[in-house]
Amino acid sequence: MSGAFRTPTGGRIDRLHPVSFTFDGRHYSGFRGDTLASALIANGVHLVGRSFKYHRPRGIISAGSDEPNALVGVGRDEAHFTPNLRATQVEIHEGLKAESQNRWPSLAFDAGAINDLASPLLPSGFYYKTFMWPAKAWTTFYEPKIRAMAGLGRAPEAPDADRYSQHYAHCDVLVVGAGPAGLAAALAAAATGARVILCDEQAEMGGSLLASTRSLIDDLPAQKWLAETLATLAAQENVTLLPRTTAFGYFPHNMIALAERVSDHLAVPDPELPRERLWQVRAKEVVLATGALERPLVFPDNDRPGVMLADSARTYVNRYGARPGKRAVVFTACDAGYRAALNLAAVGVEIAAIADLRPSPSGELASRALAAGIEVRPRTVVTGTSGRLRVTGATLARLGPHDLGPAQKVDCDLVLMSGGFTPSVHLFSQSRGKLVWDETLRCYIPGTSVERERSAGASRGLFELGEALEDGYARGAAAAQAARGGSAPARSFATLAVRLGTDGHIGATPHRRNPAFAKAFVDWQNDVTAKDIKLATREGFRSIEHIKRYTTTGMATDQGKTSNMNALGIVSEALKTPVPQIGLTTFRPPFTPTTFGIFAGAARGELFDPARTTPIHGWAVENGALFEDVGNWKRALVFPREGEDLHAAVARECRAVRSSVGLFDASTLGKIEIVGPDAAEFMNRIYTNAWAKLEPGRLRYGVMLREDGFVMDDGVIGRMAPDRFHVTTTTGGAPRVLAHMEDYLQTEWPDLDVWLTSTTEQWAVIAVQGPKAREVLAPLVEAMDISRAAMPHMSVRTGRVAGVPARVFSVSFTGELGFEVNVPAEHGRAVWEAIHASGQKFGITPYGTETMHVLRAEKGYIIVGQETDGTATPDDVNLGWAVGKAKKDFVGKRSLARASMSAPDRKQLVGLLTVDPGVVLEEGAQIVADPNVPVPVPMIGHVTSSYRSAVLGRSIALAMIKGGRARIGSRLFVPMPAGVIEVEVAEPVFYDPKGERFDV
Amino acid sequence: MSDTPNTGTPYPIVPLEALAAASRPGVGASLRLLPAAARLAFRGREAAIGPAGAAFGLELPRTACRFAAAGTRAALWLGPDEWILLAPGESPAPLVETLEAALAGLPHALVDVSSRSVGIEVSGPRAAFVLNQGCPLDLALEAFPVGMCTRTVFAKAEIVLRRTATDIFLIDVWRSFAPYIWQLLEEARRGTG
Amino acid sequence: MLLIDCPYCGLRPEIEFRYGGEAHIARPADPSALSDQEWADFLYARTNPKGKHAERWRHIHGCGRYFNAVRDTVSDFFVTTYRTGESRPETEESAR
Ligand SMILES: [Zn+2]
Repeated sequence: MSGAFRTPTGGRIDRLHPVSFTFDGRHYSGFRGDTLASALIANGVHLVGRSFKYHRPRGIISAGSDEPNALVGVGRDEAHFTPNLRATQVEIHEGLKAESQNRWPSLAFDAGAINDLASPLLPSGFYYKTFMWPAKAWTTFYEPKIRAMAGLGRAPEAPDADRYSQHYAHCDVLVVGAGPAGLAAALAAAATGARVILCDEQAEMGGSLLASTRSLIDDLPAQKWLAETLATLAAQENVTLLPRTTAFGYFPHNMIALAERVSDHLAVPDPELPRERLWQVRAKEVVLATGALERPLVFPDNDRPGVMLADSARTYVNRYGARPGKRAVVFTACDAGYRAALNLAAVGVEIAAIADLRPSPSGELASRALAAGIEVRPRTVVTGTSGRLRVTGATLARLGPHDLGPAQKVDCDLVLMSGGFTPSVHLFSQSRGKLVWDETLRCYIPGTSVERERSAGASRGLFELGEALEDGYARGAAAAQAARGGSAPARSFATLAVRLGTDGHIGATPHRRNPAFAKAFVDWQNDVTAKDIKLATREGFRSIEHIKRYTTTGMATDQGKTSNMNALGIVSEALKTPVPQIGLTTFRPPFTPTTFGIFAGAARGELFDPARTTPIHGWAVENGALFEDVGNWKRALVFPREGEDLHAAVARECRAVRSSVGLFDASTLGKIEIVGPDAAEFMNRIYTNAWAKLEPGRLRYGVMLREDGFVMDDGVIGRMAPDRFHVTTTTGGAPRVLAHMEDYLQTEWPDLDVWLTSTTEQWAVIAVQGPKAREVLAPLVEAMDISRAAMPHMSVRTGRVAGVPARVFSVSFTGELGFEVNVPAEHGRAVWEAIHASGQKFGITPYGTETMHVLRAEKGYIIVGQETDGTATPDDVNLGWAVGKAKKDFVGKRSLARASMSAPDRKQLVGLLTVDPGVVLEEGAQIVADPNVPVPVPMIGHVTSSYRSAVLGRSIALAMIKGGRARIGSRLFVPMPAGVIEVEVAEPVFYDPKGERFDV
Repeated sequence: MSDTPNTGTPYPIVPLEALAAASRPGVGASLRLLPAAARLAFRGREAAIGPAGAAFGLELPRTACRFAAAGTRAALWLGPDEWILLAPGESPAPLVETLEAALAGLPHALVDVSSRSVGIEVSGPRAAFVLNQGCPLDLALEAFPVGMCTRTVFAKAEIVLRRTATDIFLIDVWRSFAPYIWQLLEEARRGTG
Repeated sequence: MLLIDCPYCGLRPEIEFRYGGEAHIARPADPSALSDQEWADFLYARTNPKGKHAERWRHIHGCGRYFNAVRDTVSDFFVTTYRTGESRPETEESAR
C-alpha cells in the first residue's frame, strides 16, 4: 500500500505509521519520516514539475536543499499555501496537499512544452536580443506572455493565516550543520561548558550518517553512534539542538539568521505554536559544518525524469527505503557512483552498467563492484537518454584518444550521475571570507576568515568520515576556547569507513550530438545548457559575473547549488583559462528561499507599529471621535454628531471655540523638562529667542533652528523656576528635538550644569479655548489664581485643577482666550471630564485636530513641517521677531548671516484668498504669476494650508511664495486640472489681526 | 483640508487595564501590571550623587546597568549621571521635597516622571525566552544577572528592563507604548505553556 | 546587525544606537568670526575615508551617551570606541 518501490525493510522511516497525502489531487501513501520526494519515489513517481523556460518534464534530482527541479506548492487551503517548496525538504503528514507547478493544463500534458520545440530560437540572451523594440511592447505584450508561460509557482490568494515568531539568541559557539563534523564540533564545544547552538536544515540531525550502512565510529555502527551522540548533546543544558532549521544568512559581527520550521511537518499543529521561528543568533564563534554537495554531470538529456544524483539515490534507498528505479545506468567521475551502485544493488536494483569517465577506476569500491558482477566501463560517457516523461534508456560511448567510439543504447529507468563533491561554502562566502581554489579537489574551499568563524569537515574539503570527525572536534574545541576559554578533553575517533578519494569532474562531458538540439543542462531551474554558456563566451563575455547575468545560470532560487562549478568548468574550457582566473560569483542570502512571514513575525495588523494613544483616548472613542495618525499617535480628528458630515462638524466645532468654549486633547505635544543652574544659558544657545529675562511664571513662544539656519521646531516654553523650564515641542518633533538638544549639551557644552528629561507622557494636556475658557476653569481651580489680573496671557501657574496637581498655561493656539491644563497622565481623563462638566452651561464643545488646524490657520500660525519644509528661515515664516538679534550666538545664527538667507526673493509666508470664496485650494498646489506663458511655466510658490473658515464664511489658505510679502494685494494663479484658480495674495492673519481676543 | 481625508476611522484601543485583567497566568511565563509608583529622574554632578542617595535611603549604584534596592525602593543606573529613583506605592511630592532639600545648592536635576511610564512584570521559567522575542539583549543569567537594569528596546518600543530574580523581569515602558508591549508579550507567551 | 562596544555599557546591538556622523568636528567658539566658506566647511565638509573613520554614535536606547568610535568603513569592524572629549586613540590593526 505504501508504494511498489518501497524496500521491504530498512531505512529510518517509521513503517508502523503510514501517512496518506495527495499530489496533484491523487492519493498516495508513505510513512512517517518520508519527505514528499521519498514518498513519491517509493510510489514510482519521478515526474514532478515542468522546467522554467522550455517546460520540459522534470523529475527529482537530489535528496536535499540543493534540489533545482522538484518545486511544489503545499498547503491545505489558500491561507496556508506556500509555493516553490522543495519536495526533498517537505515532510509528509496525514492529509498533506501538494501540487506541481509551472504546467498547464496538467503535468503530463503541458501546452507550454511548445517552448521546448522552439528552443533553437531561445538561446541565452534571447530576451535581451529580441524584446528590444518597440519598447512599449515589452510591458503590453512580451512580458505578460512570458510571465504566463515561464516562471515558478503561484502566489497564494488568501492572506497568510499562520503565525510566525522571532527570537534573539546568544551563544558562545553556533555550529551550522549536524553531520559528522558538526556533531563532533558541538561535542567538543559543549564539553567546555560553552553555550552551544547546533542547527541543521533537515528533519533529523546526522547528515551523511543518516544514509550510512556500513561505517563504524568508535566500534559502533554509524547510526547507533549518531543516536548516542544526539542523546549526549540533548542531555546537556548548555546545548540547544535545532533540527528543521536553516541557517540562511550570515550578517556582520557574527549575527546569523536561522529559519526554524516549527509546525509545517505536523498534521494538526498546536495553534499555540508558530509556523516558523526566526532565530537571530549572535554567536561569539561560529563553526560552519555545512557539508558538501554532489555535482551533477553535464551530458545531453541529463534532465529527463529518472536522472538523479548518485548519492541522492543512495540516500533514498538507505535512509527512506525507497528504490528510485528497477534498472540503473551509473555515470560517474568518482568512487561515489560505485558506492551508490553497490547500495542500490543491495536492495535489488539492477545495475546495467557503470560508465566511468576515468581511464582506470581502481580502489576498494571499484573492486567490490566488479566482485558483485557489475559491468564497469572505464573511459565511457553517457551521450544521451531516451524516454518522454521518464528515462527509458541511455546511450553510452567510449572515449577514444581522438574521438568517441560508437554509441550503444542501454535500457534503464534510472540514470545516476556523480561528478564528485563541492564544499558548501555559501555561508562562508556570505561572511565575506575569501575562498581559495584547490587544484586537487577542483573546487573552492574556505581561505581566510573575516568573521570569528571557522569551517569544518566536508565544507572545507575534508570528505572522509574520520577526517571530518577529527576536524570538527578540533574546530569545535578551538571555537569554544576562543569564545570563553576552557579546553575540551582530548578525543579521537576510531572510524571504519570506505574512502571515496578526491576524483571528480567539472564542466560538460563530451558528446557528438547535433549541438542545435542536444541539451546538456547546467542549471536545471533556469534551463541553462552547456551550449548557452559556450555561446556567451563566443559573444565576448569573459567575467563569470557577466556570464551569470547573461545566461541566468546560478540565478534561480537554488542559487546554483548544483550548477555553479560546472558552469565555471565550461567557461574555463571554452576560454582556455584556469578556473581561479575566471573567478566565482558571489553567494548571497538567503541560502534557501525564506518566507515573508518569518521576516514580519508578530509585526502585522494592529501590532505592525505601536499605536500610541493619550489618556483621553477612551473618552474620545466613546464620544464618537474620528481619528488620524500623527506619527504613531492616534489623534481625535473631529467629533461629528449624528447625521453630520465632516465639514459641518468642523464648522460647528470652530464656531463653538470662537463664540463660547471648546475642549481639545493636546497630550501628544512633546514636552521636555530642562533643569539645572545653567538652564537659561542652555535655552539661550539652543533657541533663537532670549531667555535670561523671562521671569518665572511666564511663557514664551520659542523657535529652534538647525545649525544651517532653518526652522527645526517651535513651541511654547514656560519658566517654572529660575533653573527649570517646561518646554513643549511639536507632536512629531519630540524625539528629534530632544536628540538635537542632547547632542549639543553632551558634545559641545558638557560644562553646562543642565539636564534634559522627556516629560511628554508625564502630562495629559487639556486645552480649554474660547471666550468662556476662564469661566469654565475657574470653579475647578485650587491653590492658584487664574483671574486676568493675576494670570495674564502667556503665564504659567501651578496648583490644583479638579483636585489634581496641575501646571496651567494661559496660552492660545486658536486666537481666543485659552488655557492648557497639564495634569499627571493617569488623571487626564478625570480632569477632562470635570472640565467638560463644568463647561456644560456654556455648551463646551470637544474639538479635534482638524478644527485646531482651521483655527490656527485663521490666525496665520504656522505648523512646522506644514508651512516649513526644512528650507525656511524664521523670517520666511514671519517669525523674525522671535530671533534675539542682540544675542552673540545661538544654534543657526551664523547661517542666518549669509546673504542668501535674507534675499528678497526667498519664499515667504502669505495668505491666499480665492477670488471665488467658495473655492478651496488644494494643499501642495503650485502657484504661478501668469498661467498663459509657454510651458514650462515658472512656479513661484505653493499652497501649504487650505481650509473653509466658518467664522469668515469663505475659504482661506496659507502659501509660501517667492517675494511673497511684496506681492500682498496682487493676483496670482493656481493652475489645476479642472482649470486655473485666481487668488489674491493677502496678509496671513485672517481673523482678529490686532490680537484682541486672547487677552480678555 | 482635502474633501476626503484618508484617515478618520474610529480607533478603539484595548486599554492596558483590560488587557491585564484578561491575562491568564502561564506555566512558562506570566504577565502582571505593576501598581503605581513614584518615579523620579535624577541627574547630577558628582557632588550631588552621594547626598541624593543619602536622602533617598540607598546608595546610588555607580556600576553601569545595575540597580540598588532597599525595602520597596530602588535606584536604577540608566547612565553615568542618570538614575531613576523608584518608590512603589509612594506619592512623588514628599519625595521631591526631601530630595530637593538635601540637594539645595548642588548641581543636579530632579524631575517627577511618575506618570510617564507603567510597570509590567514578566515572570516564570520561560520569562527570558518570552522577552527575547522582542529584546535583542542576551538574557542568560550570566549575561543579564539579577540586579541588572538597562534601557533597551522591545520590538519597536523603548523599555527599561531589570531582573529582580532568576525568573522575574520588570519592564518600565512609557504609557502610550504599554498596550503594544503587552500584546506582543502575550503573543510571545503563546506556546510556552 | 553590528555589535557596538559602548564605553559605558559594553557590547550592545546596533539597534540600540544612532549614528552621529564624523567625530572631532568641534563647533567654532565664535561662529561670527568665520567666513561664509569656513562656515560652510564646518557645516558640510566631511572626510568620508575608505578605511578607518572616527565617528560619533549615541547609545540612545541605552545609557543615552554620545561617544566616539573608530570604524573601518571597508570591513565594517570597529577598531575602538572611546568617550566624548577623549582624543582619537592611535590605532593600527583592524579588530574583528
Ligand atoms: Zn551605553
